[in-house]
Amino acid sequence: MPRFLKISLWIGMAFLYVPIFVLIIYSFNSSRRGSVWGGFSTHWYGELFRDEKILQAAWISLKIGVYSATGATVLGVLASVVLVRFGAFKGRRLFSSLVSAPLVMPEVITGISLLLLFISAEQFLGWPAQRGILTITIAHITFCTAFVIVVVQPRLADMDSSLEEASRDLGAGPATTFCLVTLPIIAPALMSAWLLAFILSFDDLVIASFTSGPGATTLPMLIFSKIKIAVSPDVNALATLIILTVGIALTLVMLGLRKGRKQ
Amino acid sequence: MTALLRKSRDRLGRGFVLLPPFLWMFLFFLVPFLFVLKISFSEAIIASPPFAPLFEYDPDEGVVRAVLRFFNYGYLIDDDLYLRAYLNSLKVAAVSTVICLLIGYPMALAIARSPKARQPLLLVLIMLPFWTSLLIRVYAWIGILRQDGVVNNILMGLGVIDEPLVLLQTVFATYVGIVYAYLPFMILPLYAVLEKQDTSLLEAARDLGARPIVTFMSVTLPLSTTGIIAGSMLVFIPVVGEFVIPALLSGNSTLMIGKVLWTEFFSNRDWPVASAVAIVMLVVLLIPIMIFQNQQSKERN
Repeated sequence: MPRFLKISLWIGMAFLYVPIFVLIIYSFNSSRRGSVWGGFSTHWYGELFRDEKILQAAWISLKIGVYSATGATVLGVLASVVLVRFGAFKGRRLFSSLVSAPLVMPEVITGISLLLLFISAEQFLGWPAQRGILTITIAHITFCTAFVIVVVQPRLADMDSSLEEASRDLGAGPATTFCLVTLPIIAPALMSAWLLAFILSFDDLVIASFTSGPGATTLPMLIFSKIKIAVSPDVNALATLIILTVGIALTLVMLGLRKGRKQ
Repeated sequence: MTALLRKSRDRLGRGFVLLPPFLWMFLFFLVPFLFVLKISFSEAIIASPPFAPLFEYDPDEGVVRAVLRFFNYGYLIDDDLYLRAYLNSLKVAAVSTVICLLIGYPMALAIARSPKARQPLLLVLIMLPFWTSLLIRVYAWIGILRQDGVVNNILMGLGVIDEPLVLLQTVFATYVGIVYAYLPFMILPLYAVLEKQDTSLLEAARDLGARPIVTFMSVTLPLSTTGIIAGSMLVFIPVVGEFVIPALLSGNSTLMIGKVLWTEFFSNRDWPVASAVAIVMLVVLLIPIMIFQNQQSKERN
């Protein structure tokens, strides 16, 4: 490989990782002024766990993340089956466009359109009576499904279909075959898709801000309101915790993927 | 008979698979645009929700009247703030896409040409930042670019500069943030096509005496156009409407339409104008979105 390529790869990697490391280092800074090093301290972590507002927002975000990831994984797997196994059918193009457009749709547009839908629905149907965890979850399922498909679809397409055929030949119905043969085979992809959907939901600021109502402040909404006003060192600590949690979860999934491949 | 029964049962089964995702996306992705369109013809009032109803019942004549108000769109034309914001967003998105391509292409190529065993690890390293919070990663740049941030501290410590540079709340910071956040979106589709490329073509070109740069220009690059288009659309389209990055890093230096929409909606509480802004943005992005869709459906077939 030409040296130029190698160098640009490592410079690019550094560009991606240096900010994250800076953040982690400064989360252990005892100084209130973010950039001046005042010595090692875990003070801000303690502060974090005493902050009722942060804990509450984290709990709300966690709940929304779990609901959204689960819903998006179910819908995304069904949509992937349609795209991979159904061949040509009338409306395939519309279907394929509909499930992949949220990938690129600017968040402000998705956000405002869902809010206006919810408000109109409330005017005419009386539902949803108020916006909050439920409406944010619906919004998150909508955009996370597209990302689930990106992860699951290639896996489904690559899968050895002779196993499914064998199962059908032995008399199992399509639903049984899917649950007992297909799902276990693509399980690692399902895990990473779920995790990706969870993280996208847990991280979303824009769509949640539009579709939320009083009493449902998610963690990104709280973080955004904090860092807009001033630097707050406790956000560094919070960020480090999020990064570490995600890192560990991802490593576990990757190990799972590897094991699955070896088997 | 059993074959017919099985066929009709299969069709029913297919319906159960197809309908849930289709109905969900139809109801929560497509239908909402109609409401944005509707409210963009409304008028902002002080009420909850803060817009006038489009359909009015006239008791004297016993008819329902629809009042379409076009002045929100007129407003977008009259006040050149909006036009400037649209144009600037398109410019920022285009420039960011080119920068992402210039940085991302060599990276994707380097990964694709790495030993097969190492490629998964490198890919994970590219994806890992994307899997951590975007909000937090953008926030990290504030600490780096501030007046008393990491960059200025290092440069002053080395004696390169005497006074801290103004880096944050500049156009520069905007581009750094956008390129940083969207780089993985460029690299992954590029890697996908580069990895599939038949290396025997490269060997053939080399055997015929082509210099590496010629081989690159005449073989590698043309064969990766699908990846270039996919990656570019994945960067360009969302960046046009980007809100978080300009809100945190740009200050007043960079006018972007996503931020304008946010301000109209949350600060001015003018939902009809915000809706009109969204509709125009959607129309502007229609062609890029169609290019992206075409690419996607080609790949799927």
